[in-house]
Amino acid sequence: MKPAPFEYHDPRSIDEAVALLARHGADAKVLAGGQSLIPLLAFRLARPAVIVDINRIPGLDYVRNEHEGLAIGALARQRQLERWALDGSPFLCTALRHVGHAAIRTRGTIAGSIAHADPAAELPALLLCLDGSVMARSSSGQREIPARELFVSHLTTAVRADELITEVRLPGLPDGAGWGFLEVARRHGDFALVGVAAVVALRNGRIAQARVALFGCGAAPVRATPAEQALAGQAPTRGTFAAAAREAAGTLTPDADLHASAEYRRSVAHTLMVRALAAASERARGPG
Amino acid sequence: MGAKYFGAAVRRVEDPRYLRGEARYVDDIKLPGMVHAAFLRSPHAHARITRIDTTRAAAMPGVARVFTFADLARFMKPLPLFGAPPPGLAARVSFTMRQTTQYGLCKDVARYVGEIVAMAVADSRYRAEDAVDAIEVGWEPLPAVVDMVTASEPGSPLMYADWPDNVAVGFTHAIGDADAAFTAADVVVRERFRVQRYVGMPIEPRGVVATYERRDGTLTTWNSTQVAHWVQQGLAAALEMPPHKIRVIAPDVGGGFGTKAAGYAEDALIPIAAIVLGRPVKWAEDRREHMMAAAHARHQVHDIALAARRDGTILAVRDRVWLDVGAYNSWGIVLPYNTVAHLLGPYRIRNLHVAFKAVVTNKTPNAPYRGAGRPEAVFAMDRAVDCLARRMGLDPAEIRRRNYLRGDELPWDLGMPYRDGNPLVYDSGDFRAGLEAALRAARYDEFRRAQPALRERGIYRGIGLSGYVEGTAIGPYESASVRLDLAGRVVVVTGACSSGQGHETSFAQVAADVLSVPLEWVTVIGGDTSAVPFGVGTFASRSAVTAGSSIHDAATALREKIIRAAATLLEAAPADIAIEDGRVLVRGAPASAVPLARVVQASIPTFAGPGVASPDFEATAYHHVPTVTWASAVHVAQVEVDPETGVVALLAYLVAHDCGKVINPPIVDGQVHGGVAQGVGGALYEEMVYDEGGQLLTGSLMDYLLPTAMELPPIETVHLEHPSARNPLGIKGVGEGGAISPPAAIANAIEDALAPLGVRITETPVTPARLLALIGAKKTA
Repeated sequence: MKPAPFEYHDPRSIDEAVALLARHGADAKVLAGGQSLIPLLAFRLARPAVIVDINRIPGLDYVRNEHEGLAIGALARQRQLERWALDGSPFLCTALRHVGHAAIRTRGTIAGSIAHADPAAELPALLLCLDGSVMARSSSGQREIPARELFVSHLTTAVRADELITEVRLPGLPDGAGWGFLEVARRHGDFALVGVAAVVALRNGRIAQARVALFGCGAAPVRATPAEQALAGQAPTRGTFAAAAREAAGTLTPDADLHASAEYRRSVAHTLMVRALAAASERARGPG
Repeated sequence: MGAKYFGAAVRRVEDPRYLRGEARYVDDIKLPGMVHAAFLRSPHAHARITRIDTTRAAAMPGVARVFTFADLARFMKPLPLFGAPPPGLAARVSFTMRQTTQYGLCKDVARYVGEIVAMAVADSRYRAEDAVDAIEVGWEPLPAVVDMVTASEPGSPLMYADWPDNVAVGFTHAIGDADAAFTAADVVVRERFRVQRYVGMPIEPRGVVATYERRDGTLTTWNSTQVAHWVQQGLAAALEMPPHKIRVIAPDVGGGFGTKAAGYAEDALIPIAAIVLGRPVKWAEDRREHMMAAAHARHQVHDIALAARRDGTILAVRDRVWLDVGAYNSWGIVLPYNTVAHLLGPYRIRNLHVAFKAVVTNKTPNAPYRGAGRPEAVFAMDRAVDCLARRMGLDPAEIRRRNYLRGDELPWDLGMPYRDGNPLVYDSGDFRAGLEAALRAARYDEFRRAQPALRERGIYRGIGLSGYVEGTAIGPYESASVRLDLAGRVVVVTGACSSGQGHETSFAQVAADVLSVPLEWVTVIGGDTSAVPFGVGTFASRSAVTAGSSIHDAATALREKIIRAAATLLEAAPADIAIEDGRVLVRGAPASAVPLARVVQASIPTFAGPGVASPDFEATAYHHVPTVTWASAVHVAQVEVDPETGVVALLAYLVAHDCGKVINPPIVDGQVHGGVAQGVGGALYEEMVYDEGGQLLTGSLMDYLLPTAMELPPIETVHLEHPSARNPLGIKGVGEGGAISPPAAIANAIEDALAPLGVRITETPVTPARLLALIGAKKTA
């Protein structure tokens, strides 16, 4: 379990990094926290010719309030955001605590997990649920990619080979909205068999807005858009949630693997979606 | 001698170095000029090698040499085989047994994914792996033999052309008259149970470092093994060297569990490379190799039937058993007969009929792993007993109460031999009392009273029981030498090798008490063949009993020598000499006390004359145990099942066990906890999965799931001490027991939780997906 030979670069600036990506394109892999890439290298499942290690680029490890949400630098570690979220962002905190273990989160970056785009990972689903985006830089400029356009397929994003994700933008919850985040994994810290992130805002006892992101249920995390639309204006009851979950689960095309069948994933996606929506509307109602 | 340390919660003397990161494992051994080995392993389950070309690999930068079978033909000897039936067993049970030789490097046909085809040695592990990548092999795939039941039937492709079928060990065994008992029974239940392939998975993988000194013809090898002397014997045979020229050292070993008690190709290949290259060679197994090439374990199918009377008395057991031993039958009758010998467990059953087939398949060879055939027997039996209880409307606790042996019924002779050929007689214990103690401590009745109300609220909680009786500490012996140094301090040397279970503490407690010295005066050395010429090793819950007894005997003999010398020194009769806290004195004359060191020094010859005695302050013992001694336990698991996701939460776990007299309670607790953790893995998480082509699908710890601290419930232990009369210390083995019952107890608890739905658990691991499918089938039915 030793990586095959590769050329190693540790650029000291974003410009230098994107110049390397421009030169090497698909032959290069970006190394940030290394929690996904290093095992792939060690198994020789990934054999990139070039590693661009961005850890020595100064100033990329920020988490700050900006753009009515959070701006998270490419080198901000998951643990850093978890600590930040301890104070007043239980949604983020809950989601982050499902990401591996403390040791993994101490090295793993927010941007790295999103760039890796494992369909069963929590952070891509969180970004999708919150309608976030990433800033991608290349030697020819910068663009913002919304989460809805970002996750293309299994381990595949809309970020081009010559682009580097420099920042993740995570909007806050809508005013007065509640949240639910549930997943079933074989063990604590494993990738989800199935997971659901949900946000519900209520107005006059009815659902003003609902957002649901499902993960572990297909090639990429998905928003349950038709179900969300159907929920708008409805009373937040178990029956309403169950109908929405039926609708959403019916459209899923989950994979089967060693740990669960497709049928299991569809069934549990339904269960967790009902529970997450119920938890979100419960929280939206508030303690009163 | 008093029992100052025996039974005390002495802190483990080895822990500071573990906790400080100062332990030294095989991979920490670094020698000048050392080179590194990596292996090309078969990617095929079953395939013939048509061609190997190492030219390109051998020419790569930093590569010292690439070896195939042909290159090392003169060294290629069959790997060690174990498990021929001893005479006492062969006289009673007629075994059909076939064992085929495996060589260190694959000769012509690879029979499992991971079998070694070639070895590359280079100046770094990286370059050795690069070279492995560059070896070209021509393969002719052969039909894979995968499913053990179909493999045992006529028409299956054969693993070995010269065998009539794929059955490596076949036998039937009976006591009493099972047929008559089944005919006379009021109730019969039968079910097929499957126990998956799961493994020891020590946190430290295997590893070997070897260096050969041409100047004096000595080989020194460090090996992460539980059986240093076995490795030495294997090397002596393979290399045609006298044992004293081969020193095997097992340094700190990070877990073994049986996985490191097998004989492996790498044990010899690394020393061979060191001899041929004239340089020290290291191989540190990585986790990927460990998954495919270190011994696998468990993996049985049972068609079991129980016959009972209307009152719940179990009259007879019939069982057909298949065991998947993988590609090479290295362990003979060990696992098959262990399963049979432990099937009846704590139950008072006089009639048994078993038909057993151990079957070869294209998988990694199977070997004993913590429990070694017992967890499988107990799973089949205790699941079947719960099925019987449910059928009869009896509580699982009640049916056990009616059938568990009481203390006054022991010794209990099963009327059959044990695996060592000696009569299988439970020597001590009280299984019924153990059951009651477990039920009480787990507040079983309280749980039952609360269960209906919880169910009405949609909360599915269940409680499950499983008990076992375990033959521990198989003989025939273990070695120990005890000696004093010039300062009167004590060195204990034994053939038993620690893999983390606290030998340096427990053994020191035994020696310190016999010699009446402070515990910190005692240094325990294990795992070094140069320290003691003969030894066996650590496995089969044996070291406390076998090494402990030898340490006891050797220390007793040494004490006599000390007393004789002290008597001369102090001018008193030996009967009047006492040893107290490291000093010798004449009884009743405290002023006469001198330190032990004084006795040693006074015995050493000087220019003035000989000493007061010979300074031979050393004694060696090879205590022979008559046969195993029987430990027992009852496990109680409490679970909650989410019927919409199939997720099982372990709420609590209790073990009431008897391992005879306890030397060190926290060490025994640790053994039980570790065993339970591995049992939880077997119940809920762990499985080595192969596809129909014999490809291993669980190649990493992302796929093969070990339980972590987060998955484990609080574990409570209750120590019930029924001393053994089969050794001088009154102790029994405890290394394996914790791992035996959890799959049965947890599966029983899950079934209990889901009793309103009528779900039946017939295989492990009980994954959320499997359980939800079972629940779904009941709901739609």
